[in-house]
Amino acid sequence: MTAQNRPVLLTAARILGGEPQDVLLADGVIAKVAPAGSLEVPEGALVIDATDKVLLPGLVDLHTHLREPGREDAETVLTGTRAAALGGFTAVHAMANTTPVADTAGVVEQVWRLGNDAGWVDVFPVGAVSVGLAGEQLAELGAMASSAARVRVFSDDGKCVHDPVLMRRALEYVKAFDGVIAQHSQEPRLTDGSQMHEGVVSAEIGLRGWPAVAEEAIIARDVLLAEHVGSRLHVCHLSTAGSVEIVRWAKSRGLPVTAEVTPHHLVLTDELARGYDPVFKVNPPLRTAEDVEAVRAGLADGTIDIVATDHAPHPVEDKDCEWDAAAFGMTGLETALAVVQETMVETGRLTWEDVARVLSTNPARIGRVDDRHGRPVAEGEPANLTLVDPTVRRTVDPALQGTMSRNSPFAGRELPGQVVATFLRGRPTVLDGEALAPAGEPAPQGTIA
Amino acid sequence: MAGAPMPEDAVTTVLGAPEIGRALTRIAHEILERNKGGDDVVLLGIPTRGLPLAHRLAERLAAVEPSLDAAHLVGELDITMYRDDLHRHPTRPIGTTTLPADGIDGKVVVLVDDVLFSGRTIRAALDAIKDLGRPRAVQLATLVDRGHRELPIRPDFVGKNLPTSLSERVAVLVEEIDGTDAVTITAGEARA
Amino acid sequence: MRHLLDARDLTRADAVQVLDTAAEMAATQSREIKKLPTLRGRTVVNLFFEDSTRTRISFETAAKRLSADVINFSAKGSSVSKGESLKDTALTLQAMGADGIVIRHHASGAPHLLAHAGWVDAAVVNAGDGTHQHPTQALLDAFTIRRHLADRGVAGSGEGFDARRGVGKDLAGLKVAIVGDVLHSRVARSNVQLLTTLGAEVTLVAPPTLVPVGVGTWPCTVSYDLDATLAERPDAVMMLRVQRERMSAAGGGYFPSPLEYSRLYGLDQRRLATLAEHAVIMHPGPMNRGLEISAQAADAARSVVVEQVSNGVAVRMAVLYLTLAGSGTAAPVPTSKELA
Repeated sequence: MTAQNRPVLLTAARILGGEPQDVLLADGVIAKVAPAGSLEVPEGALVIDATDKVLLPGLVDLHTHLREPGREDAETVLTGTRAAALGGFTAVHAMANTTPVADTAGVVEQVWRLGNDAGWVDVFPVGAVSVGLAGEQLAELGAMASSAARVRVFSDDGKCVHDPVLMRRALEYVKAFDGVIAQHSQEPRLTDGSQMHEGVVSAEIGLRGWPAVAEEAIIARDVLLAEHVGSRLHVCHLSTAGSVEIVRWAKSRGLPVTAEVTPHHLVLTDELARGYDPVFKVNPPLRTAEDVEAVRAGLADGTIDIVATDHAPHPVEDKDCEWDAAAFGMTGLETALAVVQETMVETGRLTWEDVARVLSTNPARIGRVDDRHGRPVAEGEPANLTLVDPTVRRTVDPALQGTMSRNSPFAGRELPGQVVATFLRGRPTVLDGEALAPAGEPAPQGTIA
Repeated sequence: MAGAPMPEDAVTTVLGAPEIGRALTRIAHEILERNKGGDDVVLLGIPTRGLPLAHRLAERLAAVEPSLDAAHLVGELDITMYRDDLHRHPTRPIGTTTLPADGIDGKVVVLVDDVLFSGRTIRAALDAIKDLGRPRAVQLATLVDRGHRELPIRPDFVGKNLPTSLSERVAVLVEEIDGTDAVTITAGEARA
Repeated sequence: MRHLLDARDLTRADAVQVLDTAAEMAATQSREIKKLPTLRGRTVVNLFFEDSTRTRISFETAAKRLSADVINFSAKGSSVSKGESLKDTALTLQAMGADGIVIRHHASGAPHLLAHAGWVDAAVVNAGDGTHQHPTQALLDAFTIRRHLADRGVAGSGEGFDARRGVGKDLAGLKVAIVGDVLHSRVARSNVQLLTTLGAEVTLVAPPTLVPVGVGTWPCTVSYDLDATLAERPDAVMMLRVQRERMSAAGGGYFPSPLEYSRLYGLDQRRLATLAEHAVIMHPGPMNRGLEISAQAADAARSVVVEQVSNGVAVRMAVLYLTLAGSGTAAPVPTSKELA
């Protein structure tokens, strides 16, 4: 393949699910948009028949664990961003809970450079709120913000900033550079040793419960803190009906609060824990069917702003064990769009335009990368795009995914939709559903089908 | 165990109720004759159909020797836990073992079974008896001996010798369990 | 029965079969020669990741009485304490030819994983997992209750030890109170399911802090008032062990003090006197005398705590027989040597 720097003509693409149009990409931007069949094929152009396919702005993930540095046995920046490209993403925010923790300008710049070198997607490092995620002392947020990585999102994700004073200071401090605190809402004392959602199933199968109130209490506190100090707050992976209510209330007061839900919380429930397969062990835990309905409703009515993957790869040995001993987390980059299509589009609750909003425009704006990502699909805009065939159905096989890890909760499950092509600044990173190495060579590791 | 015959197979009745009754009466006399009376004799029926046969023999013994109490002569010996083929079959339910009131130590134990075939049941029964006490002697009574022994075991008292082929199935029906007394042979495919 | 993992897996008929088999096993245990040849050549591994001398000895005795070879594999002093995974331990046991694995584990679901992960062919018997299940304890409790109470009203019952009393019966109509730390108790979970399956009415009695959220779907009644429950004249009262450390803040702070606990939820002399004449007192052991049960109650004539221990051996013999003796397949192995 030498598709790297050629102009690309997409014929009869349905932009945001609309009427078929021809779209020409050249020099990294969208050069032309015209009615289907009206554009000439430029010399040397790559022509892609996009009939019946949906063209979206490149997806932006506000919540990805790339694991590098430290856990390169689970994922690297290279493999994680390749998985992202296959999932239709053109930008990911890499969470800070690496080893060492991304709590200094040095570490965030390292991750940022690794992302640039890999070239699959734009990698925006998230900075830690506290030194070592210990929840005691503010990390050098300003230094990370002014580093080459230009960090705007700060999070101790994996741990909650539970000290109210520290949370207040963090919320205040990041105002200086228009940052946002992305909170992992989990009251630690209420969740000591917790293994799964506390409820009917946990009572029966004897796993320590993670009560909904432990999430809701922190969200309520943070919303009030954000109002008090006038700061932006982003609620990571909310998972309960109560959390949706609290965020709805916050928005009704006009507070600058945004919220995300993961694909898995849109569809999976705590019933799956009954088989003790740790692939379903995740934090926050899978909740009840009522909670699933509440987060879908919240996403549909705009209470929840975005879908973010919380892609959390783990090596096999961390999941091939007793539930209590297993790691929390699921992979998600390569199934996120499919889950949103199944749960929200096919149920009529979101249009493709809405999908672009919750998976691209809103996360780009919250992460303050909306100068390059989450842009309209229009002439002159950066050609960060995703082409989806919504008619395909495929069965998820983790062994065939781009991520290094195998802990997909959707393994063996049939999901709709297929990312046909992903373009990063006009260059295809994925074509015909296969990853294209940035140098035009086949992907360096494993097979990608 | 001898099961109910399959309806589609050819079933031949070889003994009816009168013949079975006569055979049991004869065996009862033989037991008394062999042991010079019934003073030390106890009967251990092997479930399922050996047990009612043991009770009938006890009644006949008591009828001949009024000093005997039929109710105290009979015990029940379940040999499931002594079988050598447990792991070749789905799990078998365990039956009950109860000894006669005076136990079996020093007694003449007459094992009672419906059909004697390979001899493996009796081998298991002998092992079980060994764990239950120390009889003075053990004898074997069977209503039908169909041959094909796989172990050096022979009956002391036989109702009827019934030469069969391995592919045939012998069923003993008793009034107490099956509602009728009969011994039947069913021709069938060898179950090898 | 392929495995025994969860009391919920047993239907009423299954449970009665286990109890009836246990009754026959118990009958053999009053003989001079207690050993049976039934599981000769079979290997049973007691795989204990958690200390429990009582349960291990009970299973070991049961296996040996059935002539199985027994290997005790304790996590302490083995490679497990050096970080060997459950999977590698399982593969090792498989390679050694274990026919049955009796597993005790601190993680709920570990026996389920062992049975279903494809690591071993052996039958798996759950000897207690985390705060999930302890099915053989529930079976021995049901066996004990049945032996004492299923024939109530039949002349002559209640005298001497007849292992077969109650054979074929369930526990229909009996009222059982289970008192204590339900939240952390696998015994309570297993018993609620099994006793209910057998037709008993179960009432759980505990301070609200020691009842799990989600208990509302359990097939039982929940009470916070022991005296009110005892006033309903239960046929059996099962006291659960309460660990003293549960009262400390580090242990969860579930109740203010041992004194308050025993005052509200202990089976003391006063409460003992209110029990129905036929009612039995049970405890899975080990007992905290003076906390959940007074010495008078523990040692009362109606206390069947010691009998529970001996019934435990018979029930475990039955479970080992039912999981290990047969071919484990639905279809019999064809043979011309079928015993006539």
